[in-house]
Amino acid sequence: MSLGLEPTAGPLPGDQSGFERPPATSTWRHRHLLDVDVLSWADIDLALRTTDAMREVLARPIAKVPALRGMNVTILFYEASTRTRVSFEVAAKNLSADVVNIAAASSSVSKGESLVDTVRTVEALGAKVLVMRHGTSGAPYLAAERFGGHVINGGDGWHAHPTQALLDLYTLRERFGGDGSAGRFLRGRKVVILGDVLHSRVARSNIWTLAAAGADLWLCGPATLLRGFEAWARRGVHGAAEGSRLTVTSDVGAALRDADVVMALRIQRERMAGGLLPSLREYASRYGLTAARLATARPDVIVMHPGPMNEGVEIAPDVAAGPHSVITDQVTNGVAVRMALLYLLAGVDGAGR
Amino acid sequence: MTGRSIMTADEIRRAVVRISHELVEKQAGPNGLVLVGIQRRGVPLARRLADAIEEHEGVRLPVGALDITFYRDDLSLVAAQPVVKGTDLPFDLNGATVVLVDDVLYTGRTIRAAMDALVDFGRPQAIRLAVLVDRGHRELPIRADHVGKNVPTSREEVVRVHLAETDGVDDVAIDRRVEAAVVEAAR
Repeated sequence: MSLGLEPTAGPLPGDQSGFERPPATSTWRHRHLLDVDVLSWADIDLALRTTDAMREVLARPIAKVPALRGMNVTILFYEASTRTRVSFEVAAKNLSADVVNIAAASSSVSKGESLVDTVRTVEALGAKVLVMRHGTSGAPYLAAERFGGHVINGGDGWHAHPTQALLDLYTLRERFGGDGSAGRFLRGRKVVILGDVLHSRVARSNIWTLAAAGADLWLCGPATLLRGFEAWARRGVHGAAEGSRLTVTSDVGAALRDADVVMALRIQRERMAGGLLPSLREYASRYGLTAARLATARPDVIVMHPGPMNEGVEIAPDVAAGPHSVITDQVTNGVAVRMALLYLLAGVDGAGR
Repeated sequence: MTGRSIMTADEIRRAVVRISHELVEKQAGPNGLVLVGIQRRGVPLARRLADAIEEHEGVRLPVGALDITFYRDDLSLVAAQPVVKGTDLPFDLNGATVVLVDDVLYTGRTIRAAMDALVDFGRPQAIRLAVLVDRGHRELPIRADHVGKNVPTSREEVVRVHLAETDGVDDVAIDRRVEAAVVEAAR
């Protein structure tokens, strides 16, 4: 990808000319990234623009810049993960950071070390950025209270997965962003989140960013997997753009009709308590994203999935690999988005050259 | 707020034309030259140099843009992360004579960062440096090959270059630091 030659920043402070191009960008003020609910639209826009720059870095012959040279980025995952962990690791390495990987299963955590102790230990070992995934909602907030550097939430329980929400939004901006201005580019677009919304931190974080971008947002799945979301829809989403709506339904036909975007969610068998679903087979036949169901959406609909997929359950294999799918783009964009967030959070500390 | 003017629009134009001749003369013709502007005011200056060379040599030189944000050694000294403006080098640097173009040469740290960034893209035959204003106070052993104007300054002063493409007008002014500190932080 090649960026335009025109500078995209807004006017410099003190610039009296009044002659300027696209919108002013804000500066980043957050020390941690625990969820997207505290980000303003200006913050989100800055993250997306910085991701543009990282995409350009990724296209270079040597896709590596020294922005975080010598900085210790520790990746502490208490839950299984391939793409998120590797994506953070590649992102940190592309910025020349030193990466330390800790899988909780093979660390002192298995000997009974507490989260707070582990955080203290990795800090004493030199970590400046802590990327953390934990099965308990809120765990990264506890870590952020004790940790002297920056905490990035790589997914906590059912609660939040902010980098996934931002990479999803970036992927949508590539399609709907038009001129790359700071406008709410999902205004008037019907975006459907389909499947196991109840257990999904991806859905919970995406609701904030998609509503902020102006989407006509639909949550669809069996009623047992939508519990609590109707109340959220009635209350409204804080920070939503004008014109954005949130609709909760179990009617998959109504949800998919004329959809611009369908985001299928994984059925999280490991979190599933008894009785929520009769069987995976019944779920697949009633809510699985098949080519036939997708045919009722707009002809240029795009299909997303945060991965890992249960093909044949929430999404049919021919849809996942079909022409509407941007699932591999999501993975590629994940690296660029995480580079941007690492840089925005820790770039100022990183200047050890 | 505008400070003391040290270059007018005409003087900027003449300096650009003179440097364009110097570049071609030093290379014995325009072949093998590429111009790389440092974001952000180096980019329009590089384009102006290419325009001037096209005028008198009839050859359009390739022009690129270089953002050196990720290579800066003083990130921790600025208040907030500089906004990344993007790099675009749509040509092969290997074997080319690259002319780096920037508006003001001061400590030399920007140029060091620019050279670091450039060599990640390839191995140029040579790197030259053209600046509109050299204000002194170097902290690194770097000098410009082509200078529009040498301006003696004190460290308490800030040199502000305005170009029509980015600021609506062409001029260069010197300000006292007090009011300009914000601008410096945003660079």
